[in-house]
Amino acid sequence: MNNNLTIAMPKGRIFEEALELLRKAGYKLPPEFDDSRKLIIEAAAEGLRFILAKPMDVATYVEHGVADVGIAGKDVLLEEERDVYELLDLKISPCYLAVAGLPNTQMNEVAPRVASKYPNVAEAYFRAQGEQVEIIKLNGSIELAPLIGLSDRIVDIVSSGRTLKENGLVEYERIVDVTSRLIVNPVSYRLKDTRIDELVTRLHEVVAEGGSSDENSKNI
Amino acid sequence: MSRLFMFEKPLGMRDTLPELYEKKHQIRSVIAETMKLWGYQFIETPTLEYYETVGAASAIADQQLFKLLDKEGNTLVLRPDMTAPIARVAASKLLSEDLPVRLAYSANVFRAQQREGGRPAEFEQIGVECLNEDTVSCDGETIALLISSLKKVGLPQFQVSIGHVGFAQELFMQILGTNGRATALRKFLYEKNYVGYREHVNSLQLSSIDKQRLLQLLQLRGGEEVIGKALDIIENGKGKQAIIELQELWDVIKDYGIEEMVKFDLSIVSHMSYYSGILFEAYAGNVGFPIGNGGRYSLIEKFGRKATATGFAVRLDMLLEALKEVQLENTAHCIFFSGERRKEAFQLAEKMHGQGKLAVLQDITGVKNLDAFTKRFNDTTFLIGGSGNE
Repeated sequence: MNNNLTIAMPKGRIFEEALELLRKAGYKLPPEFDDSRKLIIEAAAEGLRFILAKPMDVATYVEHGVADVGIAGKDVLLEEERDVYELLDLKISPCYLAVAGLPNTQMNEVAPRVASKYPNVAEAYFRAQGEQVEIIKLNGSIELAPLIGLSDRIVDIVSSGRTLKENGLVEYERIVDVTSRLIVNPVSYRLKDTRIDELVTRLHEVVAEGGSSDENSKNI
Repeated sequence: MSRLFMFEKPLGMRDTLPELYEKKHQIRSVIAETMKLWGYQFIETPTLEYYETVGAASAIADQQLFKLLDKEGNTLVLRPDMTAPIARVAASKLLSEDLPVRLAYSANVFRAQQREGGRPAEFEQIGVECLNEDTVSCDGETIALLISSLKKVGLPQFQVSIGHVGFAQELFMQILGTNGRATALRKFLYEKNYVGYREHVNSLQLSSIDKQRLLQLLQLRGGEEVIGKALDIIENGKGKQAIIELQELWDVIKDYGIEEMVKFDLSIVSHMSYYSGILFEAYAGNVGFPIGNGGRYSLIEKFGRKATATGFAVRLDMLLEALKEVQLENTAHCIFFSGERRKEAFQLAEKMHGQGKLAVLQDITGVKNLDAFTKRFNDTTFLIGGSGNE
């Protein structure tokens, strides 16, 4: 088997930040990366191959082993519950999952409805609060749901809170903090251990330098 | 439910077409022969078992079990693994003389899909169980047999990672004191969430030395040197038993001469809750999931007899995936005949069959596209028309 690593990367904002991390960690990546529309990009000199995926799908590629390593948001990992190693908190793209809705409203007592792109996270959260809710799965613009009466609450990613505010919604509860994580396929973790350990060490050094006050970063 | 199309199968059920069947059959035969040479005797158990007994003893999650009811209203399950049925047979019949028993099986097991495709709900496992024998030699024997089997089928690259259930458990109990706190930490290992594990360790009220010991567990993978590192982080002899067993196992593995294919990984925690000692997983290149796993377990006790056993199971579907590039040789020969020379054709076929050669008899008038059909064979003979001219 070749010793090249295939890395699944999320398209969009996280991609930029992840790319910067990798470059800081000393990986020489071609400049064409930054504005390419290709879905597969080779960095032959480094023995790396990148596949660009929808953020929600990164963990899927890694679980099935078509990518050895991936960079995925904690929100995706919580929602998808894939069988992958979560090795490192990259501390990029910080945000959080929250419950939001129209101000000063109660949930419907008979059939409280919650709209979300994260049906599993939403259900688990409300169940842990001792509440049975009905989940409506949406794929985007979740803020619409309470505005037009589809649901009482939404569960969604919040980063600055601006989208909520501009749509007249308020945050009710904060569920969990989210950052991007380095994830690894369990078989690759064993068969390509040298390369993966090296990647983890180099990325970890960069993350720790990033001025993190987090104590656990010292202890990897 | 919408009306089913005639081609549809229940979710996760798969057909095995001739080419795949042949390859699967060959792999199965090679492994089975190896197991027999090592003295493991094949057995079969029923496809259906009681939910209350075998279903409950098995380590497969409840929602993955296929359940049905019998006429008396008992819940039955399609067996989700072979270890629990064999433990049942062993406890009730085969262990009465209190001697070691070596059994093998190759059978389909059933686990309902919970998510999208890419995973079969029915797949074949081939494996062994060495029952009522609790030496480390026996753990080593099953690992050596696993490696020997994988080599014989021509798997180009693979690795067996070995861990021990007792080590992490003892370490957690010693440092954390209570089972509840140990379980919380073990859950992170089980979920492969090392970020969460580190955060949890750092949030605990512990000395920095104890924190370091817990964090170092994640690094305990590699060759023989892992034994020394593991000894460094234990205290008061807790967890030492596991290390002694692993050291002994390493010596056994060296005597088998298979240390190249083996690595330690003390952070392995299996979803199989019945494991009680050494456990291992086998990985092959180009397959994203383990192709086999095994270990020592105390499951037989659930069926009323005090004994441990060790064994492994290989997933034939995963192994086939790993062997995707290995092509089978096409040795098929086709004898085309017409009415005039039918008898001659039959005699030729009989002769070839007698020599153990694959020969297909085909009436020439029964094939519409001769070119396409001929391509499927390695060789052909035409016995057509008046005798003497082919």
